[in-house]
Amino acid sequence: MIPLTHYLVLSAALFCIGLYVVLAKRNAIQILIGIELMLNAAILNLVAFGKHDKVNNGGQMFALFAIVLAAATTAVALAIVLNVYRRYKTIDPDKVDKLKDKN
Amino acid sequence: MTAVQIMFYILSVITLASAGYVAASSNLVRSVFMFFVTLFALAGLYVLSLADFVAVTQIVIYVGGILVLILFAFMLSGRETLYNAQQSGNKLLRIGNLPALLISALLLIILVNVFLKSDADHLPWINRAIRSGNTMSTESNGTANIGINLMTRYLLPFEIISILLMMALVGAAHLSRKEQAA
Repeated sequence: MIPLTHYLVLSAALFCIGLYVVLAKRNAIQILIGIELMLNAAILNLVAFGKHDKVNNGGQMFALFAIVLAAATTAVALAIVLNVYRRYKTIDPDKVDKLKDKN
Repeated sequence: MTAVQIMFYILSVITLASAGYVAASSNLVRSVFMFFVTLFALAGLYVLSLADFVAVTQIVIYVGGILVLILFAFMLSGRETLYNAQQSGNKLLRIGNLPALLISALLLIILVNVFLKSDADHLPWINRAIRSGNTMSTESNGTANIGINLMTRYLLPFEIISILLMMALVGAAHLSRKEQAA
């Protein structure tokens, strides 16, 4: 029996790595990977707590929904990345500045 | 230390090491493939917490779907992307990355503190679940129960999420089509 606290600490570390990737990288695909890491940290928590819900399967069910949502968002985000590349010839989010204020 | 615990710690070390490599690597292709390793280790962790169906879904959807999509987008977006990703030299300790590193390290400290203080193993509802035998054991048939629950208790969310998935995929196909001259 693995203590739940260990799951929590592991997913906290994974979440913070994902946060670092999102904040520090200059490539839209890597930022997407960071978001996936954060989602996976959340899913790990759902699964770990879902062990104590045998009848209703609440945790596992929400983990499944989260995985499907992640798949949907990734498909849309990658389509957007391809469009951005076609228009700007770069996928660095800092250089995509058509929506920015003029200052 | 039982075998399950040893497996858990080995898998968590693999997860954290490969995720750290994803964060630290300057090579985009290599970091994508290390993300692959992270996802597989996470699937192993799901199996260890008796969620085998979630683990299979993770492998089928994430590894089989999302990662292939990422590689496709990566290859379609041309050679310059790869070149730029290597040129920028994403060192872990570059001065521009210092705020990001600081924020994530502080968040990690806060989260670990909260988790160590909150004593998650003795929450009231978990104690109640353990006492009433609502905790999964290795003998319980989790996948069949998930199927039954999906068709009874969670039927509406299931239908909604399938419609949402279809909408997202149609939208993605629409977004990524060749642009007409208009």
